[in-house]
Amino acid sequence: MELISLLVTPVMLLGAWITGSILERHHLNNLLLRESGSTDVLAITVEDLPEDWHPESSDLVMGNVVISQDYFKRVAAGIKGVFGGNIGVFEPLLERARREALLRMKAEARARGHNTVINVRLETSRMASTASKGRGTAGVEILAFGTAITVNRG
Amino acid sequence: MLISNTQEIPGKKIVEFYGVVSGSTVRAKHIGRDIMAGLKNVVGGELTGYTELLSEARGEAIRRMSYQAEETGANAIVNVRFATSSVAQGAAELFAYGTAVSVE
Repeated sequence: MELISLLVTPVMLLGAWITGSILERHHLNNLLLRESGSTDVLAITVEDLPEDWHPESSDLVMGNVVISQDYFKRVAAGIKGVFGGNIGVFEPLLERARREALLRMKAEARARGHNTVINVRLETSRMASTASKGRGTAGVEILAFGTAITVNRG
Repeated sequence: MLISNTQEIPGKKIVEFYGVVSGSTVRAKHIGRDIMAGLKNVVGGELTGYTELLSEARGEAIRRMSYQAEETGANAIVNVRFATSSVAQGAAELFAYGTAVSVE
């Protein structure tokens, strides 16, 4: 019985690591595929338009995603956090979430018939507390929003 | 109601300002979704339940903001900003604010 309870944590860590890695690779491949297919919508963080752009209509568009880190990487980040420095394992997570949010924003712009998104902003907010020693949900929300316009870019 | 996060509505001219309008909502997902999110949290990845929760709530905040703008007689809202704060586990406050204007 004691042996089983001793094994639970390593098994959970290993399971989370393997599944988490598979999911991450799958998502990255999916992102690359969708990004290559979304070059028709231009997203810029600039607000002022060039003189010769004559926008016809506009809409507020947004895309959001709540993403969380797997258990193995949370524990790894916890250990790394003791020594300080760059927490590398969290960087791919946030990068994936931002790319996903931008893609969803572009998809909404495309669905409304626009070809450009101006004044794009990215916001990050923590969904829930991580205070419960890594057991609570550690979701982070990334929101991408901007003003979609229809313009003849030439 | 034209809504934009830019200083002005692209291609239109602002003729009158009506001041700040805002809308907010606090949402929580039912317990089943929280448990699902807790499980998903072990393997990582997207917590779809929470993504939907926030996206619906933000839509509601925008609707309330638009309603307020309509009451003042505006036909557009410019410079819209969002703020999110998690008030409790699985619950979040979504806040949208902007400037109500008249455009032509």
